[in-house]
Amino acid sequence: MTTAFKARATSRPVRAKPSPEWELRLYVAGQSPQSMAAVANLRALCEAHVSGRYTIEIIDLFKTPHLSREDQIVAVPTVVRKLPPPMKKVIGNLSNTELALVGLQLRPALSRPRD
Amino acid sequence: MRRQPKPTTPRTPVLAKCPSGIRGLDAVTGGGLPRGRPTLVCGGSGCGKTLFGMEFLVRGIEEHGEPGVFMCFEERERELSQNVSSLGFDLPGLIREHKLIIDPVKIERADIAETGDYSLDGLFIRLGAAIQAVGAKRVVLDTIETLFGALSNLGILRAELRRLFEWLKDQGVTTLVTGERGDRTLTRQGLEEYVSDCVVVLDQRITDQIATRRLRIVKYRGSSHGSNEYPFLIDENGFCVLPITDINLNYKVSTEIVSTGIPKLDAMFSGGGYYRGSTLLITGSAGTGKTSIASHFVDAACRRGERCVFFALEESPDQVARNMRSIGLDLSRWVSVGLLRLVAFRPTSAGLESHLNNMLKAVEEFKPHVVIIDPLSSLDSAGTSIDVRSMLMRVIDLFKARTISTMCTSLTVGEGSDAGVTGVSSLMDSWVVLHNVEAGGERTRTLRIMKSRGRKHSNQARELVMTDKGIDLVDVFVGPDGTILVGSARTSQEQIDRAAALSAQQDIRRKKAHLLRRRKSIEAQIAQLQAELAAEAEDMGLEICEDEANSLGRTATRAALAAERESAGRQAVAAQTNGGKR
Repeated sequence: MTTAFKARATSRPVRAKPSPEWELRLYVAGQSPQSMAAVANLRALCEAHVSGRYTIEIIDLFKTPHLSREDQIVAVPTVVRKLPPPMKKVIGNLSNTELALVGLQLRPALSRPRD
Repeated sequence: MRRQPKPTTPRTPVLAKCPSGIRGLDAVTGGGLPRGRPTLVCGGSGCGKTLFGMEFLVRGIEEHGEPGVFMCFEERERELSQNVSSLGFDLPGLIREHKLIIDPVKIERADIAETGDYSLDGLFIRLGAAIQAVGAKRVVLDTIETLFGALSNLGILRAELRRLFEWLKDQGVTTLVTGERGDRTLTRQGLEEYVSDCVVVLDQRITDQIATRRLRIVKYRGSSHGSNEYPFLIDENGFCVLPITDINLNYKVSTEIVSTGIPKLDAMFSGGGYYRGSTLLITGSAGTGKTSIASHFVDAACRRGERCVFFALEESPDQVARNMRSIGLDLSRWVSVGLLRLVAFRPTSAGLESHLNNMLKAVEEFKPHVVIIDPLSSLDSAGTSIDVRSMLMRVIDLFKARTISTMCTSLTVGEGSDAGVTGVSSLMDSWVVLHNVEAGGERTRTLRIMKSRGRKHSNQARELVMTDKGIDLVDVFVGPDGTILVGSARTSQEQIDRAAALSAQQDIRRKKAHLLRRRKSIEAQIAQLQAELAAEAEDMGLEICEDEANSLGRTATRAALAAERESAGRQAVAAQTNGGKR
């Protein structure tokens, strides 16, 4: 599945490392304000918390509508955390940073040492 | 393209309807679901919503060439295929032929965090892609309410649903949305608010331990529809809403008269039998011979080479066959040659609708000319009397529409009571009543015809006698006080009558002999007198001849004398004359 997505990815993954720790996929529908906001918010989040250790794949469902079915997308924007497991799904434009961080659990490095 | 169900009003645009393909539903809705609009199907769990949706799609593909999309929010594609494969729906096959898309939407609240505004464009795109992929004309969303459980932002969800249904209308697809029934509302999440063109409620209820399924059209904007609750059932052929026949009474009738199998019963109807395709009800209390008459009916039909179905609701097929052998009717013979099918089932074994369906199925398969239901009254235990009546009406309508002669028996409680059958009797064309008459320490059976639509019939009662060679009907005697004499009273009356007839005959014979004797003696006298007369006449004749001869002789002599006397006189006169001149 992953290979198929990469071939269709609309924006190339931002590679900081040869094998990124965080692999995120953002599903949007065209260039709507919500889509644009989601892209910007996700980038900002990643830069702030997992800078240099992530890839973001943006998938425009208008261009590849069959992926909505294959990847079980109902709402847009949706962010799917493919790596690290377990898979996480977050919907919405990520304007609520706290919820987005909790949903994607982007801060494992911060939370783990405290345990 | 869009089919107009009634082309009679071309000026005003008539609501186009999409034939659902579900048996019976199109008759109730007057042609189908509103084409190009969403329809809501709601009901409690297990009432058949998913199946309804699936059949709508499958029939659309198979019968109307309209591909479909099934978007399910609860079941997986594989489970769904398995669940409906028992109904003969080959979903994988249809999917391979690109006529059907099943799109299972998996959405779980646990997996999803909401982080701001969103839309359901993903769903729209998904649906749009599926519709485009197969050129779908029909869409089923089963059960879209699941979204309410998965997504917490109701504001967004409701707005998006509203948009979804508008969008579906724009797509020109006929949509079926299923919804779980709520406490006070039709659906838990108030889907009826969004889908307002047509609302169908499915219901499963249990009355007296028997479950029946009902369907009701709550709303059908812009169209008339049957407003009743219609029973429906789910059998191995899928959904089936009853009535499955036309609601109108417009069947063709036959004028052919056929025999009931009892010649003397035939004679009681003018024309000698019953109309083919008519219905005949036989009521009577226990042991009055209802089944025996019905068996005669079957026997006669089989003898004519017609096919019969005998629904035995109280006896097993073997028992019916065995019992009828005692009155000389060999029904198993007809079974073995394939003219008769004995179908036995317990009325309490299932709901009325499934019985109805079983009956219809047997009739569909066997295509009989004659159907026997023995007895109707035991169906009472399968439902309320109103239900039974409405079911019977459907059965009878259906059979009549196919010109199937139907004979139903019904058990009445108590003598002379028509209770329990009055509702049914009005559905029947002919009604034969059997009565037990108890008198003189014995019980005998009588038969009367209560009604016979469209034909004259005998008003008299007959005594029904069971013989080794079948049922015989005997004229009854009406006693001097107007009571009917049957049984041994009839027999003794018959003996009295026979004796009276005998003595009367003897009397006649005696008188005839007397007359003969008198005739002979008088004739002898006549002969003697005639002989005397002849002899006398002979004697007299001789005398007369003699007398005549004598009288002739006398006349001649007298004439000669006279002549002589005259000539002597002339001479004297001449001498006198001469002497006087001188």
